[in-house]
Parts: sequence; C-alpha cells; structure tokens
Amino acid sequence: MITPTPAATSVTLDGVNKRFGRFAALNGVSLEIAAGELLALLGPSGSGKTTLLRIIAGLEFPDSGRVSFGDQAVTFAHAAERGVGFVFQQYALFKHMTVAKNVAFGLDVKKGADRPDAKARAARVADLLKLVELEGLGERYPSQLSGGQRQRVALARALAVAPRILLLDEPFGALDATVRKTLRRELRRLHDATGLTTVFVTHDQEEALDLADRIALLNGGRIEQVGPPATVLDQPASAFVAGFVGQSNALLGEVRGGVFSYLGATLPAPGLPDGPATAFARPDQLAPAVAEETGFPVRLQRATPRGPLLWLDVVTAEGQPIEVAVVRVGAAVMEPGMDVRLAIHECRLFPAA
Amino acid sequence: MRSTPARTTGDPAWARFSLIAIVVVFVGMMLVLPLIAVFAQALAKGVQGSLAALADPDALSAIRLTLVTAAIAVPLNTLLGVCAAWAIAKHDFPGKSVLISLIDLPFSVSPVVAGLAYVLVFGLQGWFGRWLDAHGIKIIFAAPGIVLATIFVTFPFVARELIPLMQAQGRDEEEAAVSLGAGGLTTFLRVTAPNIRWGLLYGVLLCNARAMGEFGAVSVVSGHVRGLTDTMPLQVEILYNDYDLVGAFSVAAVLCLLAVVTLALKTALERLQPQLTDSIALQTSRFS
Repeated sequence: MITPTPAATSVTLDGVNKRFGRFAALNGVSLEIAAGELLALLGPSGSGKTTLLRIIAGLEFPDSGRVSFGDQAVTFAHAAERGVGFVFQQYALFKHMTVAKNVAFGLDVKKGADRPDAKARAARVADLLKLVELEGLGERYPSQLSGGQRQRVALARALAVAPRILLLDEPFGALDATVRKTLRRELRRLHDATGLTTVFVTHDQEEALDLADRIALLNGGRIEQVGPPATVLDQPASAFVAGFVGQSNALLGEVRGGVFSYLGATLPAPGLPDGPATAFARPDQLAPAVAEETGFPVRLQRATPRGPLLWLDVVTAEGQPIEVAVVRVGAAVMEPGMDVRLAIHECRLFPAA
Repeated sequence: MRSTPARTTGDPAWARFSLIAIVVVFVGMMLVLPLIAVFAQALAKGVQGSLAALADPDALSAIRLTLVTAAIAVPLNTLLGVCAAWAIAKHDFPGKSVLISLIDLPFSVSPVVAGLAYVLVFGLQGWFGRWLDAHGIKIIFAAPGIVLATIFVTFPFVARELIPLMQAQGRDEEEAAVSLGAGGLTTFLRVTAPNIRWGLLYGVLLCNARAMGEFGAVSVVSGHVRGLTDTMPLQVEILYNDYDLVGAFSVAAVLCLLAVVTLALKTALERLQPQLTDSIALQTSRFS
C-alpha cells in the first residue's frame, strides 16, 4: 500500500515491454523522469505514447520491465494506490455529477481517517476551482460547460487527491486553437505552482516544444531521443526525429567520398558511408543561393509573408514540395513561377535506411 | 423556389396523408381493436360477472403463480444481466464472443423447444429425473419448472439492453474513478450504475412484461394442474377451450392491464430520459 504524499517524485521506467495481441506497443522502454519535471511524450499515433502513460498510471500493466516512483517499485501496484492524477483525452468527467461533485470525487471515496470532513472537502474543492479559474461554476453539469472548461474540471479533479504525479493524455487534442494556446500556458502555470512531476502525451510537436522541459520522442514502441526542446530540434538523434520535429524538408541525395550532393548542391559529409543519404533541413536552414554557393534548382509556387518571415513554397524538378523561410527584411523580390537556386546552409545528414 | 419552406421533407400533401392513414388504420386494426375486444368480451356479463370470474380460486391461483414467477425471474435476470453486460462491455477475456452469442440463445430458440429441453433434463425420464425423484424434488410439472423456463426465456432482456449502452460509454469514467482512488464496488455504484440506470429500468420492464406473458415454454413444463401449475396465460387458454369466454377474457384483461401499466411506466421513463440523453449526446458529439 502506497500512501500518497503531495511531494513531487521521480519516475523510472526500466525495460518496459507491452504487447496487445500480436502488436508490440512498447519495446524495452527505459526512461528517467526527474522530480518536478514537465515531460512531453511525443510521437505519431501508434507509437506507444499513450500506452506508456497508462502504464505509469497503473491503468495497464507491463508484460515485463519495471516501473518505480522514487525508490518505490510500483510496477504492479493498483491505479487507486499510486497517488497519480490522470487527465483523460476526452476528460471522462462524471456526466451525472456537478462540477463540484466531480472535483470532490477523489476526496469523497477516501476511507476512514484519510477522508477529510465535509467542510474541509468543500474548502478544497473551492480552492481547486479557483486554481483552474472556474469559481462559481461548481453547480453546473459537465454538459453545460465548454470544452476548455471541461478540461479545467478534469485537471482540478485530478489535482484534488494531491497526486505525486500528474499525467495528461493529449490534453489539448479536443480543443480549438485559441483555447489550446491559453490552456497550454495555464498548464505551465499550474505545473510551476504545484511543482508536480507532470507527463503529458501529444502528437503535436509545437505543443511539446512550447511546453515541456524535456521531450521523449517515441516511434514504433521505442524511445528515439530524450532531451530538452532545443536539443531535440537542433541535434536530432535519428532520421525519424529529424523528420518528425521542426517541419524539416527531407532531401534524398547521395554521399560519395565524404561529400553529400543533392541535385547539384554539395555539402561536406565527414564520416558518412558512401551511398544514399537524407539531408533534413528546416525551412530556415535553406535560402536562395548567392553567387559562390552551390545550390539545387527549384521553381517558386507561392510566397506568403507571415510575420517577420517570408514563406516560399517551391518544388523541385521531380515535383517534391519544399518549404523555405527567409527573413523578409532585405529579401529579394519573389514572383511565383520564378526559377530559384536553393543553398543548404545547415542540415542533419543521416544515411538513408 | 419553394412556396412552403416549412415543409422540409418535400413530400406532397397526398403522400403524407395516405402514409398517416395507412399507419393509423394498421395500428387500429392490429393493435387497438383486439385490445378493445379483450376488454369488451371480459365485460360481456358486466363488471360483476368479470369480477366473479376472477374470484374463482383457479384464476386467483394463476394470478398468484404468475406474480411469484415474475418476482423471482425478473430480479434474478436483472442481476445476471448486469453482471454479463459488465463483463462483456468493460473487460476483455477469451470466449467473449461465445458468451455474447449464448446470451442471445433464448431469443433465437423457440420457447417450446426451451420447455422441452427442461423436461428432458429435469423430467422423470430425464438426466436428473431419477435423482430428483429419489430426493422428493419436483421441478417439471411444478412451480420450480415454470420459474426455470421463465428465467431462460427472459434472460437476454436486461443484458441486451445494457451491453450496447455500456460499450458506447466506454471505460474512461471507470478508469478515472479508479485513478482517483475508488475501489471496484464504489466505482460501480457511484459511476457505472448512475450511467446505466435508465437502460436498466427499461430492460427490467421488458423482462417483466415477457415473464408475465410467456406461454410456450411454460406450457410445456407446467403440466396444467389447475389451481397449482397454471399461470395466467395458461389459465386463459384453458378457460377459452372450456368455452368460458367471460372467464378467459377477464384473466386476459388483467394480463393486458399489467402490460399497459408496464408500457405506461416505460413511456414515463422515456419522458424523463431526454435530459440525460441530451447531455450524453452533447458530450460525445463535441469530441467525435
């Protein structure tokens, strides 16, 4: 029996495997989550990120491997005993209970001496509704709330039991863009205010980059890379990470004698074996070539000014679309239909699989 | 351009009127008229005659047996139905699809066959017949057989009503309750039960209506011992075959009244329900 304590705790996953029938959802996942950290599990659908979250929560159990909170082994501990707050993708609010009853649920079902008296429970609910800025809505039913408000209720309900770890499954998936941005900032504020270890699942790289202290990238049930947003963005550990994060353009070229070439553009590629290789270049790492640079020919289709940047949609002769972003100040005049040569200023090179 | 924009379906007036007329005539001929006939026939010798027919000891015994049978079969099938639906909708286990098919078995097997099957298992010539006889236990041609047959025939109603409902609701709310520290029983009572209460009541009412009205299976296992093993539907047939029309239709009228009360209850429940279904629909539509 684990007694929940409000202090943040670290989470350790060690060689976790999980299969659903023949489908291997997780393949030997090992991950350290520091106490008080805000970690994003990022990956495409089917990458195993939600399964991993549910294993931390105790809603699924691993086939092999270990899970521990701090130095406590919890691999097979029941979800009710873990002291974990879980926010479901579609919130899973109790439809037949008011907002206040929803938030109070975790306190109401406590037994014996653990259960605060009615007055203390009501006070805690009021505090939590204030924390998520839903004061005065306690008597409403979930069906009378907007999506964003439901999300806040789900958060307050999860926080009511003073969890050691807060887990969120696609917390912003069902919300429109504006609400999403607001709630994102809100979650960061809540995380900083409570100091809880927080793990959230997302398939949206922008969300992960924007919000998380560290990002764990999952693909096919394996962790591809764990690191702070800047590291994941600038030093991708694998071709998958480079392709998934940062809206990179994938340029399939060839390495010969330590030099990568793509349609006439050349780059030094020290240490790479001869053969096909892919260069991942973000839109801001490409630019129209100046005289002495090597470049590859493309045709401009559209030029869209967006804030400080000019976005160029171009295609290669083979029809591959490529996105380029150049600083608008001092940019040359660009007309659709123009032929342009693009230089690769920076990129990450990986041998093609 | 349409001159009457209010009529969105666009059917011409004659089509709508003939459709409505066909439905009204059909319902009147097939459903309302027979019901009126039952009550008219029951009251052919006045209310006194009808009451006198119901006061007959055999009729009273039939009413009592029917109510007792329903009182045993309905709660039992409610319990079993909730368990089966809970297991099927919220858990994965090997043989689940077999169980789902088995639940439907009483619907697909003719009630007469079900009755015969019970006679073969528990009857004197049956598998357990000798043993039961030696221990003085009488199932076939006695009240226990009638209850068993009724349980068999009415088993699917509650489970069938609940399985799609519970499957549609998914496991999220239960998982949320568990992650908040609730135990299994607390989760069922405070989260699952409130979500299924209307479907459950509806299933119970249907189950009850069938339990009181079942004829085929009960007829086979009853043995027609007057005043002992006749239920109301069986009593109706016996009286009718005896040319006691007032008696037959008086018992039939009581059976009809019970059915009408059941239907009224069901309609009342459906009136209450919309608030709830609306809120569910609203919640699911936002995320789909």
